[in-house]
Amino acid sequence: MISAIECQAESAAPPNVATEAAALRSVTKTYGSQIALDAADLSIGRGELVALLGPNGAGKTTALKLMLGLLRADAGTVRVFGRDPREASHRQRTGAMLQVTRVPETLRVREHIDLFSSYYPHPLPMAEVVGVAGLEGIENRLFGELSGGQKQRVLFALAICGNPDLLFLDEPTVGLDVQARRGLWKQIRALVAQGKSILLTTHYLEEADALANRIVVINHGRVIANGTPAEMKQNASLEDAFLALTGDEGEPR
Amino acid sequence: MTATIYFKEAKYEFVRRLRVRAFVLGTLGFPLMFYVLFGLLMNQSFGPIRMSTYLLATYGVFGVGGVCLFGFAVSLAIERGLGWLELKQASPMPPAAYFVAKLIACILFSIVYIALLLALGFGFGHVQLSLLDVLRLFAVLIAGAIPFGAFGLVLGYLANATSAPSFVNMIYLPMSFCSGLWMPFQFLPKVVRQIAPFLPTYHLSELSIAVVRGDRNNGTLAHWEALAAFTLVFIGLAALLQRRDASRNNGLL
Repeated sequence: MISAIECQAESAAPPNVATEAAALRSVTKTYGSQIALDAADLSIGRGELVALLGPNGAGKTTALKLMLGLLRADAGTVRVFGRDPREASHRQRTGAMLQVTRVPETLRVREHIDLFSSYYPHPLPMAEVVGVAGLEGIENRLFGELSGGQKQRVLFALAICGNPDLLFLDEPTVGLDVQARRGLWKQIRALVAQGKSILLTTHYLEEADALANRIVVINHGRVIANGTPAEMKQNASLEDAFLALTGDEGEPR
Repeated sequence: MTATIYFKEAKYEFVRRLRVRAFVLGTLGFPLMFYVLFGLLMNQSFGPIRMSTYLLATYGVFGVGGVCLFGFAVSLAIERGLGWLELKQASPMPPAAYFVAKLIACILFSIVYIALLLALGFGFGHVQLSLLDVLRLFAVLIAGAIPFGAFGLVLGYLANATSAPSFVNMIYLPMSFCSGLWMPFQFLPKVVRQIAPFLPTYHLSELSIAVVRGDRNNGTLAHWEALAAFTLVFIGLAALLQRRDASRNNGLL
């Protein structure tokens, strides 16, 4: 079963710039002696939602940060819309939701959105951002006064306010209750329906299964499976595949 | 469009700090209180000028230095330590806007501080300065925002998010004492007076004292040169620390 999925990883399609939003091509990234990514290939097609799945320390966040231009690859190529994302002006078509421990607390929700919108050439109207992110009624609250779920929605608003073509969502629903998670899923699906490309990292198999066109599983910095949720399920249930691949099957659940 | 980004970045940097009571009280309130105690309540003749006039110059330096060191160091330490800076760097914001906004916010706070200090001195301390000298004092102190902002950058890269305010105090308070910002320089022990020329606070203080004393062309060039040299060294150090920070594995893979 494992080897069947590995075969799919090896037969990845060749890169095509016209249909590709972002890609890592045999990218290696190390931190000292620690290998975070080991000749990893990853591509996000236009209009596609790719879920990057893997245990802690697998290299998910490193892959995302390389595509955001926050890190420099040791080897290989990183491309976003055919360009190097390390240049700030090349990031006008991307938006990001990262795991931020502390956001300036004495700015209002509206002010945070206003500032991030100013970075982009064609931002969405404020009312639309507030509506999509579900922030009606709390626009004038200070960030520090918000609940955990509301804070998470503000970070989502900052990711989408510039009307980007490509979104990076790093564990966007972590810490949300079931209802809030479903609400965010709905918004993410709506963005895909508009033709946006999305790379989403997650720990939740259910989330990857519910949202993704394609699931990429990585572990120890290597892509070990790459396919549609249906393809993954042909081999076994997705969860069994994931657990088998990451060597967690022996853990009690 | 780029001008709009710089404007909004600076505006919100100022506004959000203005809403933090600890920042306003700590950086404006404390130095003003010390000026009231030592400059106004103990107001006596001091050579050709009154103590209230002399200390107007040195507490001007103390306040502006504090505004800039805390403004840069504490916010930078928190923002780089807890993920906010990274989200900004992942956005299309021009990187310079982040630092320019902090400098502008510090200059605005400095202007407010100097205005309040002058109001106290003129209102209650029998300070007599010509309008031209008042403007000269503003110019000298605001120019001081540049070396102290650069110094704040260095401290912001050295400090960690939780201990930044104490870290800055541990460095800034002894430095202020040794430069004669709290009590006239002549009253300090000889060994302290020998250390002072190695501190930027001393040079800015000498320039401000020259203004309130009415000294013209009295060796001020050397102090300007020293401040310029400090600025270059601090910016170089900050750039080195920034590169170290960027290449370091923050424990996230």
